[in-house]
Amino acid sequence: MPGSTLAEKILSTHAAKRARAGDIVVCTIDLVMGHDANGPMAIKAFENMGGKAVYDPDKVVFVLDHMAPAPYERAANLQALVTRFSEDQGTHCFGIGQGVCHQVLPEHGFAKPGTLILGSDSHTCTYGAFGAFATGAGATDIAAALFTGQNWFKVPETVRIELDGDLAPGSSAKDVILHVIGAIGADGGNYMSFEFYGPWLNRISQADHMTIANMVVEMGCKCGFICHANLGIAADPDAQYRDIIRFDLAKVEPGVAKPHTVDNYAPVSEVAGLPVQQGVIGSCTNGRIEDLRIAASILKGKQIAKGVRFLITPASRRVFLQAVEEGLVTTLIEAGAVFFTPGCGVCVGTHGGVPADGDTVIATTNRNFKGRMGNNKASIYLASPATVAASMLTGVITDPRTITQEVGDAL
Amino acid sequence: MPFKALKYGDDISTDLIIAGKYTKSLNVQDLAEHAMEDLDPDFKAKAKDGAVVVCGKYFGCGSSREQAPVALMAAGVKAVAAKSFARIFYRNAINIGLPLLECDTDGIDDGDILDFKAGDDFVLNVTKHARIPVRPMPEIMVRILDAGGVVPFLKKHGRF
Ligand code: SF4
Repeated sequence: MPGSTLAEKILSTHAAKRARAGDIVVCTIDLVMGHDANGPMAIKAFENMGGKAVYDPDKVVFVLDHMAPAPYERAANLQALVTRFSEDQGTHCFGIGQGVCHQVLPEHGFAKPGTLILGSDSHTCTYGAFGAFATGAGATDIAAALFTGQNWFKVPETVRIELDGDLAPGSSAKDVILHVIGAIGADGGNYMSFEFYGPWLNRISQADHMTIANMVVEMGCKCGFICHANLGIAADPDAQYRDIIRFDLAKVEPGVAKPHTVDNYAPVSEVAGLPVQQGVIGSCTNGRIEDLRIAASILKGKQIAKGVRFLITPASRRVFLQAVEEGLVTTLIEAGAVFFTPGCGVCVGTHGGVPADGDTVIATTNRNFKGRMGNNKASIYLASPATVAASMLTGVITDPRTITQEVGDAL
Repeated sequence: MPFKALKYGDDISTDLIIAGKYTKSLNVQDLAEHAMEDLDPDFKAKAKDGAVVVCGKYFGCGSSREQAPVALMAAGVKAVAAKSFARIFYRNAINIGLPLLECDTDGIDDGDILDFKAGDDFVLNVTKHARIPVRPMPEIMVRILDAGGVVPFLKKHGRF
């Protein structure tokens, strides 16, 4: 019998039987995550099932991030419902300002190799950067996990993504994943697991691993794994893959996803010069300290272009504090940026930072669907932190490689 | 039961089915108010007396918000037919008891009358006199759908 992919391996250990791609297995879950946007519906479904006590409060984490602090009373009441439930049940709960769930959980050691994590959020796949089989589910599936400690899974087929060579200066992990999504398409990984390989993965930071893992769901993937040397778990050498797809990193330029789909890829050079009204750095994709350092290195001692709004949401309180300590917050505010409470911030349009009709936004977030930021008459371009910061400097979409040499060296 | 088809395109995201700004409610009627409104301002009136939403590929892509199928169902949608569904939407719909028909939708036009029974392996296009094969669902999903969703299923069985 051939060996197991990472998805097969982890689901096998949690189903207590050999799980092969295509099988349907009932698995025990190590961690259930809910947030303020979908958690309330899960709590209600849990209660409707007849749920009294969650299966194991220590394996349940709630995070208030999607609309924190609450912008209106309905949001406040939903957050109160989550907080109360969490207190009554004795689960973990991270309140407002702690940060976005996918940053907070890894920071607090909840994302571990070989574990099975179910989250009420599609970007739960981020924990694949830490070797977890982590996938997003809807409220009723979360409720079922809270109630029984289990759920059923269809074991996904796996595709190997081989990243050959090295990146040229100015390009980043975000540019790589936008390039890969452009090539594979928004539904090219539907129902599948992707395993990323290549020596480059051993040279980049954990933040970069998270950026890549975060966006596998934008190809429809159920989960993804960044197979670097210290992942803590590995697929069997004779595992069976549906496909192997290779990318030459040397060819990856700074890129964007054009409106209104994430796979609408173009090199930045193709859209350079387009005026923007708003720039956003933040989200579970690119709101980490590394991202703020890049922005600050580009904007130090300078001013953002007249008429643009530059909105920054640190991914977590820890990131925010670190940025304060390093002086990045001062640099960025002096340059004209506006800071938001750590959390989801502008990303999903339920909070502040909604663009006006006809606005063009350039953002380090992960989705550019119509209406994503709260206005379906705005257009969103997705890009790396360097491209967003460079565009804030000029007021038009700008290839970060075209701004001064010193900045180029800092990237 | 026969219902009218409301036809839309490919890659309809959950942001289009119900925008994030409207999901902050546990009242399903609040959700129904805004279902599909960015795509079709008249959706509410069209779906009110029952309809089948018919789309191309990759219906329901994007976020894990279960409010998407809930909003459709509350607005009067009896089933969604599409060439393919995004993974989380697929599970969410079945979990709340909204039937999905994964089939070739090219031959269905807006306004066609469709007749189907949840769990059947075909759907009838009454207007075009055509029988369209439907891709079978995994057995566990059929059982969940038969029970009316995961809540009644677990209430009854206590576990999967
Ligand atoms: S930052 Fe955006 S993508 Fe990430 S969890 Fe929050 S809303 Fe979702």
